[in-house]
Amino acid sequence: MIGIIDYGMGNLHSVQNALRRLEIEYFLSENKEELAKADALLLPGVGAFKDAMHALRKDGMDEFIVTSVQERKPILGICLGMQLLFEEGEEHGLTKGLNLLPGRVVHIPGTTIDGLSYKVPHMGWNELIIHNPEAQLLSNLSANHVYFVHSYFVKTEDRNVLLASADYYEEVPAVVGKDHIFGTQFHPEKSGDAGLEMLRNFANYVRER
Amino acid sequence: MITKRIVPCLDVKDGRVVKGVQFVGLKDAGDPIELAKLYDEQGADELVFLDISASNERRNIIIDLVERVAATLAIPFTVGGGINSLEDIKAVLRAGADKVSLNTAAVKEPELISLGAEYFGSQCMVVAIDARYDEEMGSWRVYTNGGQRSTDWEVIDWAKEAVKRGAGELLLTSMDRDGGKAGFHLELTKAVRDAVTVPVIASGGAGTAEDFYEIFTAADADAALAASIFHYKETSITAVKEFLTEQGVIIR
Repeated sequence: MIGIIDYGMGNLHSVQNALRRLEIEYFLSENKEELAKADALLLPGVGAFKDAMHALRKDGMDEFIVTSVQERKPILGICLGMQLLFEEGEEHGLTKGLNLLPGRVVHIPGTTIDGLSYKVPHMGWNELIIHNPEAQLLSNLSANHVYFVHSYFVKTEDRNVLLASADYYEEVPAVVGKDHIFGTQFHPEKSGDAGLEMLRNFANYVRER
Repeated sequence: MITKRIVPCLDVKDGRVVKGVQFVGLKDAGDPIELAKLYDEQGADELVFLDISASNERRNIIIDLVERVAATLAIPFTVGGGINSLEDIKAVLRAGADKVSLNTAAVKEPELISLGAEYFGSQCMVVAIDARYDEEMGSWRVYTNGGQRSTDWEVIDWAKEAVKRGAGELLLTSMDRDGGKAGFHLELTKAVRDAVTVPVIASGGAGTAEDFYEIFTAADADAALAASIFHYKETSITAVKEFLTEQGVIIR
């Protein structure tokens, strides 16, 4: 059973629709005791890094997540939820993240080193470049385009956490992971077959371990 | 790199998908849920749902229908028609839409674009512009209320204003071409595309797969919207995408 963390940030409708369609068992909760009973956690999120961390800190949800993950509970962060897994974010002022993965969340520059300007947010369907074909989240994908909407992206020195990226003037980490910690910068529930397959892969991973 | 998007559009009236020519003479075109499912399966990159009766009849869009359509989709979903307030925007997003499209209300109260962008982010705010060539103006004029009311806005000026106010995307419909199947309006689309920095969805006039190729290459539209040719199965999204791939256009 997957526990979706409801901390007041963003639209939980679409991810629930997707899980329901995939017949993956889940529940939605803002309660730590209830979430503790889940086999895995799903951290969604739309909005700003700082606001999200404040919301998580309010009643110790941040500590609950960190402890659960340290106790080997799998987690999947989606979009802003993925960004929160990292050390810190600079959106609306530098803010500490959950620090479960190495790296920081910075604004997409909007100009190349040659001075060419490009659109921010990175919005639309982009192709996944797979770095780690062994990653369970990425197994047997029938498509390789996923849907992005974001203005901030992860910068990390640790290539090992980079399971897949997308090319948008920068190398944009798209799927990250380490041990039982996973994240997708895009919305799998809005990414057609590829996205649904990744959600199913996560559920299978949780069930099989 | 980002792909070009094919966007089917459901014009919904009284719970049914309808389609006319140049915004009049509406004919039944099917059930919204069934069409939404079909288009998702065929590889639509996004779905637009416009409650076309809303603006005229001053009623709110059908939230539960939006909810049911959203439940069938695994692609981005934009909803428009009769959205007049921040409350309306909230209701539509809560029902499962990813973006809202403002048209009449945005012209009447441009502040609504900024408010929506502030609360939900620019990526949620699409401003739909219905454009018709105007001899007197020597340019394209903006129309509202389902194309029935002319405004004082010139299209390029309004496009820039909408983006300045926080529109994350523009949905540009050529009323002259709407339902005519003679091709998208390249000149109009290119003019708007060159004037703003946000993605432009071209709409009105799709007749063949070649029309999509033209609008993506000659006018550099980010996305192209069509209704009748898909509803009446004159072509399919799959067929259009196959053609575009052969022509070297980057699509999903």
